[in-house]
Amino acid sequence: MHGMSLTAVRDTLISGARVIDPASGLDQVADVLIQGGLVADVAQGLTAPDGGETVRAEGAVLCPGLVDMRAELGEPGREYRETIKSAARAAAASGITTLMALPDSVPAIDDPALVRLLRARGEETGTLTILPYGAVTRGCAGEQLAELGLLREAGAVGFSDGGRAIGPARLMRLALSYARGFGGIVVQHPEEPSLAEGGAATEGELATRLGLPAIPAVAEAIQVARDIALARLTGGHVHFAHVSTATALDLIRAAKAEGLGVTCDTAPPYFDLNEIAIGEFRTYAKLSPPLRTEADRRAVVAALADGTIDAVASDHQPRDADDKRLPFALASAGGAGLMTLLPITLAQVHGGAISLPRAIALMTAGPAQVLGLPLGRLVRGGVADLCLFHPERAWKIEAGRMPGKAQNTPFDGRAVEGRVIGTWKAGRRVFG
Amino acid sequence: MRHLLAIEGLSPTTIGELLNLAESYVLLNRSGKTQRDVLRGRTLINLFFEDSTRTRTSFELAGKRLGADVINMSVSTSSVKKGETLLDTASTLNAMQCDLLVVRHDQSGAPNLLAQKVEAAVINAGDGTHEHPTQALLDALTIRRHRGKLEGLVIAICGDVGHSRVARSNIHLLNAMGCTVRVVGPPTLMPAAVEELGVTVFHDMMAGLADADVIMMLRLQKERMTRNLIPSSREYFRFFGLDSAKLAAARADALVMHPGPMNRGVEIDSAVADDPSHSVIREQVEMGVAVRMAVLDRLSRPAVMPERLIRPAAGSRR
Repeated sequence: MHGMSLTAVRDTLISGARVIDPASGLDQVADVLIQGGLVADVAQGLTAPDGGETVRAEGAVLCPGLVDMRAELGEPGREYRETIKSAARAAAASGITTLMALPDSVPAIDDPALVRLLRARGEETGTLTILPYGAVTRGCAGEQLAELGLLREAGAVGFSDGGRAIGPARLMRLALSYARGFGGIVVQHPEEPSLAEGGAATEGELATRLGLPAIPAVAEAIQVARDIALARLTGGHVHFAHVSTATALDLIRAAKAEGLGVTCDTAPPYFDLNEIAIGEFRTYAKLSPPLRTEADRRAVVAALADGTIDAVASDHQPRDADDKRLPFALASAGGAGLMTLLPITLAQVHGGAISLPRAIALMTAGPAQVLGLPLGRLVRGGVADLCLFHPERAWKIEAGRMPGKAQNTPFDGRAVEGRVIGTWKAGRRVFG
Repeated sequence: MRHLLAIEGLSPTTIGELLNLAESYVLLNRSGKTQRDVLRGRTLINLFFEDSTRTRTSFELAGKRLGADVINMSVSTSSVKKGETLLDTASTLNAMQCDLLVVRHDQSGAPNLLAQKVEAAVINAGDGTHEHPTQALLDALTIRRHRGKLEGLVIAICGDVGHSRVARSNIHLLNAMGCTVRVVGPPTLMPAAVEELGVTVFHDMMAGLADADVIMMLRLQKERMTRNLIPSSREYFRFFGLDSAKLAAARADALVMHPGPMNRGVEIDSAVADDPSHSVIREQVEMGVAVRMAVLDRLSRPAVMPERLIRPAAGSRR
């Protein structure tokens, strides 16, 4: 085991990597010196510190440790799916050093003590900073407002009801208004609940053929349109999670142009897969929101490129085999996402849709900016949370062989290029 | 063919072979003879997660006429809710060394899931709103016996298409066999993009029935009213119930079909349902047994000689 304190950290020189820090616009081959848990220097021709370690990284890319702004943890309450320890191991192998945890656990993170607990549990791992969202409503039940002020004071990074949409317009209005007073954003799962209820796939030819209860794609745009209007009314900041349709993205694009407090993220399945992935009732591709048409997938790619989308999150939702080995409509929605965040996003770089710095920005400075946090940067004097990856190294995503407990990837069998070869948390090597 | 999970994906040749084999079983059944050697020593389990007396009985009779040992297992949804999963059931069935497994389930895709885990040949006896392949085969056999062919016929499928596995299987089968398929019903009971399955959609029943050779009525469940998909059964009957006035729009010799059980006075008027010059509803039941015999026969043998399917040899087969 590595020691926990910074004094135990060896000084390290990472030499010859292409160093990319989207926040500062840095993109050059350089050496990075890590001392005392901090980035001591970024320059060419640095020499290794006495007694320190040198990591030769020619051909690799060094960037800030990834910031995953949306992930569900099995803990507390559903440890059979995943524990924090297991999630931290998977995160380290995925280059993720900071993770924003959704609050719809058991119990829900609707009490300041639970916010502090989760933050402390993250610190205990020594490899992963966990910044929990506080619940918008008590128990994430969608009725009574949670103590947003106290949650924020305890360190809640923002507010959300997790995978549940904040349904009533009045409740959303109050949440946006009230959260604004404490500088917190409200993260919405954008699906109009009465249209989405009971649905398992996107409405259309495929769902009709399979006889599955379906959700019209417009359920997303309807919720987005309403919440944009409420953001305009309240001056609050609404953030739409895992946006997946062209019409919703058009609305968000227009709201941003208007200067409203509106941001959004998406997740790799929505720009890499379409509804065909559910094929003959493949429950590992059952997600919430459901996978969309090819036209919507392309619109998500375009929005990654044009800046409409602020961040790519893993949207990690651990499930075990029993959650998934059920008839499709009864199976639990959600996919494991940590390990595939970087490689699937890099596929858009390899495909020419976005640049490498843009891809990294979407997983570092982008989410940090949405949440107003000084994270996801690689600068002299900053904390050495770093991700070193080889952008072309090929590997195959295989359920059952991924680090951590959650193996429910919708990308099973997929060959990808881009592999994490080293992760540093506060200067300490935690992977590779 | 290892399982029969759906009509979608079956070739016209396979469908034709199954219908021919079923035809031979119609003749056998009418002769009063049996062929108990076909499935002798085989175990057929009827695994019904949803109540259905008629389909279960039909499979039971089909299995017994071919000599199988038939066991009926009704799994109430409550015991499923207690935690026994479909896959627990599959492992139980494997231990029992079941050869043929007939599955009815209220969830689309449940038979596909079972088929991945059981060693038996799986026959879908209706899954959720997905498919009901033997119903489509028996409907096709009924039509073919009356019209001598399927190709070129105009078929109107009427009613709650959205929630109907019977409609989906029939659409796939009739399209594969060269029919012109129409679906008729209110927009709230039409599945999205149903025209992509190769049908023309009608919301006016008279227009939808015009010159139709066959009218297939679907059962309307009471639940559709409580969920506001339609306002009332009387309004439904007024616009989409089959009565003699609407029937007059179809061809004079049009066949009227219904998969049963019927809601008389909701989707079909008794006068039409019981009119022997149009209704073939009773005959559908008879064809059901023959079609299921054909399916069980076919699936019980891994390799099939095509000519055997067309003309079953008299006497012993193995």
